[in-house]
Amino acid sequence: MRRLSKISVVAVVALIALTGCGNKTDNKNDKTGSTANADVCKTAKGNGPKVGLAYDVGGRGDQSFNDSAYAGLKKAVGDLKATCVEGEATDGEAESARESRLKDMADAGMNPIIGVGFAYSDAVNAVAPNYPDISFGVIDGFDPDQTANKNVAYLGFAENEGSYLVGVAAALKSKAGHIGFVGGVHNDLIKKFEAGYVAGAKATKPDIKVDVKYIQESDLKGFGDPAGGQEAATAEFDNGADVVYHASGASGSGVFDAAVSAGDGKWAIGVDSDQYLTASDAQKPHILTSMLKRVDVATYDMIKSVADGSPLTSYQTYDLKKDGVGYAKSGGFVDDIASKIDEAATKIKSGEIKVPDKP
Amino acid sequence: MNTSKILRSVVQALLAPLIAVVVSMAVTSIVVVVAGASVGDFWDVIFKVPSHRNLVNITNQSALIFLAALAAAIGFRMNLFNIGIEGQYTLAAYTAALVAGQAWFPGKVNILVALLVAMAVGAAWAGIAGVLKVTRGVSEVISTIMLNAIAGTVVGYLLSNHGQQYGQGRRTTPIPESSQLAGWTPWKESDGAIWTLVILAVLAGVTISFLINRTRFGFDLRATGTNEDAAVVSGVEVKKMVVISMLISGAIAGLIWMPALFGGADYYGPPFQRTLGFTGIAVALLGRNRPLGIFFGAVLFAWLSEQANPLALVADISPSIVQITQGVVVLAVVVAYEVVRRWTAAYEQRELKAALDREAVSA
Repeated sequence: MRRLSKISVVAVVALIALTGCGNKTDNKNDKTGSTANADVCKTAKGNGPKVGLAYDVGGRGDQSFNDSAYAGLKKAVGDLKATCVEGEATDGEAESARESRLKDMADAGMNPIIGVGFAYSDAVNAVAPNYPDISFGVIDGFDPDQTANKNVAYLGFAENEGSYLVGVAAALKSKAGHIGFVGGVHNDLIKKFEAGYVAGAKATKPDIKVDVKYIQESDLKGFGDPAGGQEAATAEFDNGADVVYHASGASGSGVFDAAVSAGDGKWAIGVDSDQYLTASDAQKPHILTSMLKRVDVATYDMIKSVADGSPLTSYQTYDLKKDGVGYAKSGGFVDDIASKIDEAATKIKSGEIKVPDKP
Repeated sequence: MNTSKILRSVVQALLAPLIAVVVSMAVTSIVVVVAGASVGDFWDVIFKVPSHRNLVNITNQSALIFLAALAAAIGFRMNLFNIGIEGQYTLAAYTAALVAGQAWFPGKVNILVALLVAMAVGAAWAGIAGVLKVTRGVSEVISTIMLNAIAGTVVGYLLSNHGQQYGQGRRTTPIPESSQLAGWTPWKESDGAIWTLVILAVLAGVTISFLINRTRFGFDLRATGTNEDAAVVSGVEVKKMVVISMLISGAIAGLIWMPALFGGADYYGPPFQRTLGFTGIAVALLGRNRPLGIFFGAVLFAWLSEQANPLALVADISPSIVQITQGVVVLAVVVAYEVVRRWTAAYEQRELKAALDREAVSA
């Protein structure tokens, strides 16, 4: 009997694990079904730069970060006659796997090679010195050691500035004077989103209440956990918040579902890309706006700089001034307050408002 | 007669894994077709002759996976489902990196101390589940899963509050240069080095093999796993065995990431490799909890993961697809062993009957 119960527990665990795999396969199928034929790298035949794009976990088709990089690549294929190859990270892969991916691309003669996501920082630092003639770019990246790499550009974003704008929007739309924030993982990057959002909201309504929740303390699975996102957002809605902003990657769909369940007048704010466009019909009426992180702009810029013969190097910050961050207007829910948001944007650009990057 | 017997036992031993590999290849091929990619391209990439760099990576990864699977196998041998390898090695890796980073001891002594700390932390974390089981009757499956979540949260909390700023993330203080191990470079420098502490996997494999097959403890362990009631009757202290097995399992788990830490990672932070604990469970099942079987399983998994890397680059297939191959091979091997066992039993029964008939005729 005890053995039987043990076996059933193991079976349940296995089932949960396999369901996870199943979902992944489904995504892959969807992806291949809908966009594989449209993959520009298959058809691109220009004589422009040869681009190697190494995606983070999720790859092309994640409707967020990676897809945004792909959009930049697609633009480069169109405007600069670029050709390209793509690589994709798997969950829980070894550091050596990331390095191998970059080396494979370098050996195949790609230039530039762009790693999508800060997880490529160490790998690029290890690989770049061996290929001094190739330019590397790392989205959200940084140089891990003291020796500067002459052929690497670290493409960062002022997420706090973009978050400030959606914080303004949240405060203006909130009837309860109470809003929420859901972060995927409690790390310094996501704290930057929180800091900007809270600052924007408080600057608009000084007495506003902001609930802050994180799905995971350090485990990166907080960016791929819709159930966790829904739980956190539901708690904030139940607590009285009527607008919730998420910075939690793929967990965000759970936050949108929570807004749907919470009913009319409850809003969610998307992140990275214009999430109104990829949301389901039920979710759309609840997506107030999205904080845009223009990974496509940075990706395109990097490719263009190589095509122009003056590759980007060192730290590059994509802020409001460079159109690296912003907010989305799809759905038309912020049209009535757009002038006030834009006013804040102008003040940030002029330096009149300094947005904090730590909560 | 003797040679045919040997031949038969070899065939019997190889049949099940062979069936499992064939089945998993078939299933994977179907998935690749459904995903709309070319099956030929897929297997070309997987079976491509590995480059020097690939060989180095496969060796290194095999060692980590082997240690993880060995940790799981010890528990499995006595029906103890330690699902908590993941949490044990995460916490152990963090603590060892923290201690080594402080450089309280000079050079190589620092490494030794860190290894002992890693084993102690892994053992202690697994020991919690062991003690809960024998004193309060808590199923180790449940407690170890909970302990995984706690370990992840604790490490995350400590790292983000006391870690060193590291780009957008945090890390522990890097270990001093005198405590880093260069490893062995069989080919060019750019092909990478085989980590020195890969030797830990060999040592652990030999030690555990000896412990299980050649000692009183190992006999008690196997006896408890085969028939707990009989073991109790014959004087095995099962409670003590449970705690000791959990401690050993956790101590081995603590070592999992050590080759990588001293071989090039130098700190606990973003490059930490997650999910090895779960891979270990799958490989232990695949290798039937025997060190030799686990060794082949670990090499297979490391090979698949390494070779799959350029899939997106070359064949436009997501490398995640090999996770299906890995999953199916584990399921298939469990089924195939049972099928082969029944075949063998039926065959032996027929042989026996034939022999008895012959005796009856001659008498």
